[in-house]
Amino acid sequence: MDIGNLISALPGAAAQGLIWGIMAIGVYLTYRILDVADLTVDGTMATGGAVCVMLTLAGLPMPVALLASVAVGMLAGLVTGIFHTIMGIPAILAGILTQLGLWSINLRILGMANKAISVDKYNLLVSLRYIPRTLITVFIVILLVIGLLYWFFGTERGCSIRATGANQAMARAQGINTRFNIVLGLMISNGIVALASALYSQYQGFADVNSGRGAIVIGLAAVIIGEVLFGKLARNFAVKLFTVAMGGVVYYLVIQFILWLGLNANDLKLISALVVAVFLAVPYWRAQHIHAKSRKRKEAV
Amino acid sequence: MLKIENVYKTFNAGTVNAKTALAGLSLHLKPGDFCTVIGGNGAGKSTMLNAVAGVWHVDEGKVIIDGKDVTDLPEHKRAAYLGRVFQDPMTGTAATMGIDENLALAARRGQRRGLKWGISNQEREHYRALLADLDLGLEGRVSSKVGLLSGGQRQAVTLLMATLQKPKLLLLDEHTAALDPKTAAKVLELTDKIVSRDQLTTLMITHNMKDAIAHGNRLIMMKDGKIILDIAGEDKKKLTVADLMARFADAAGEGIANDRMILG
Repeated sequence: MDIGNLISALPGAAAQGLIWGIMAIGVYLTYRILDVADLTVDGTMATGGAVCVMLTLAGLPMPVALLASVAVGMLAGLVTGIFHTIMGIPAILAGILTQLGLWSINLRILGMANKAISVDKYNLLVSLRYIPRTLITVFIVILLVIGLLYWFFGTERGCSIRATGANQAMARAQGINTRFNIVLGLMISNGIVALASALYSQYQGFADVNSGRGAIVIGLAAVIIGEVLFGKLARNFAVKLFTVAMGGVVYYLVIQFILWLGLNANDLKLISALVVAVFLAVPYWRAQHIHAKSRKRKEAV
Repeated sequence: MLKIENVYKTFNAGTVNAKTALAGLSLHLKPGDFCTVIGGNGAGKSTMLNAVAGVWHVDEGKVIIDGKDVTDLPEHKRAAYLGRVFQDPMTGTAATMGIDENLALAARRGQRRGLKWGISNQEREHYRALLADLDLGLEGRVSSKVGLLSGGQRQAVTLLMATLQKPKLLLLDEHTAALDPKTAAKVLELTDKIVSRDQLTTLMITHNMKDAIAHGNRLIMMKDGKIILDIAGEDKKKLTVADLMARFADAAGEGIANDRMILG
């Protein structure tokens, strides 16, 4: 329990948190803006890295590898979107189907369960060997992603996607093709998650078919932590997205702290699941509490 | 302006719950017609509006708006011709978006939505003026989230959205039923004002016979998915609630057993 160990581990945790913050922005778009719980991301969070590592190993320049990762992620979103809108499968199930299918695709891309890439031999953007550079790079990527999304969701098309998530009946009455917008939203979200995945595989120095397992839970945790801690500060859409990314950082700092306390790393997923369950329950409990209070007040009168 | 021709619609066809909601319904509206629709629960009033709006496809028959056969068009494509206000004030607006953003969405109904800004400052000023006309104190909170508004305010905003671009046809589905009497009267007054100003062809469902008589130039009564009474022009002007009940008994072969229609 040397405090020095904890402090020296924090920058690395923050870097991981920032990368997962990008992923959480993707989750935010579906969960909050589109009002769809998309489980595709558990697959996409491995696919983006697999594509990026294989293309980099094949000698392609980094921007090409990153763009290809995003494109493949968007393709995964497209598949879930088609399952949901054209084939009428409930969104959660559609995501699970794509996620399951992606596991095989990820194995095909990698050719094995795990593929390493060395930061010494390849010109990687980020790496756990160079934490300060990683922090700065990922931070810049986050700002770029937020800037792009802020612009897009202010456009006519972006506004119509927000309307689709807010009220589908209203959206259709205003001539908005809600099915097209749901597919587009899922594609954008999964593109962002694949970008996070591509960065994460570079950071770790390998791509792994299992690296997406439970990703949706971490993404939701980041979204909720961001809202609970900084929700009052954020009115503006760009600031909201930033707080979601910061939620990812807080999540990883807390995890690091728990590990430092001596907890078994294998129990992490259990704890994450419980923590997210509790945070998801808080708004529900709060609403019930307010309801009960107002009823008591009425009875007292 | 609107032609509904021999339309049939059965829900849950082939099951024990099969319900024929529209049974050979036909209706023609001339441009500028303001037609009120009454009838008991399950008469097919809302089903008729949904058939026109394209919420689902009809089993048989045709829907023609302004000479264009829209029977096979999906809901979002028909929206280009229609303005719609719903019974539930929650349905017509996006609660988490601003009043201005909702209006901007409606202003682009029927247009391609591309990568231009979703709303301009110039538009916002225009909306402020339109909101001031409503006289509901909304002009000072143009960017407020619609979720913060009262039911009456939301219906007024929805009405504004429905008519921002002049629709070929305005569909009002008991749009004042969820409001208190005073607010309902205000929204109805606003409806009359907009409909007569823009000469809109309008179908308005109401459960209130007095309203059905007081508004519009034509009145239809529905029962079992068909129109059983159609009164227009001078006949309608002379109509009283008592007349209407007697005519209904004649046409339907039975009395009105629905308190809501008489008392409402």
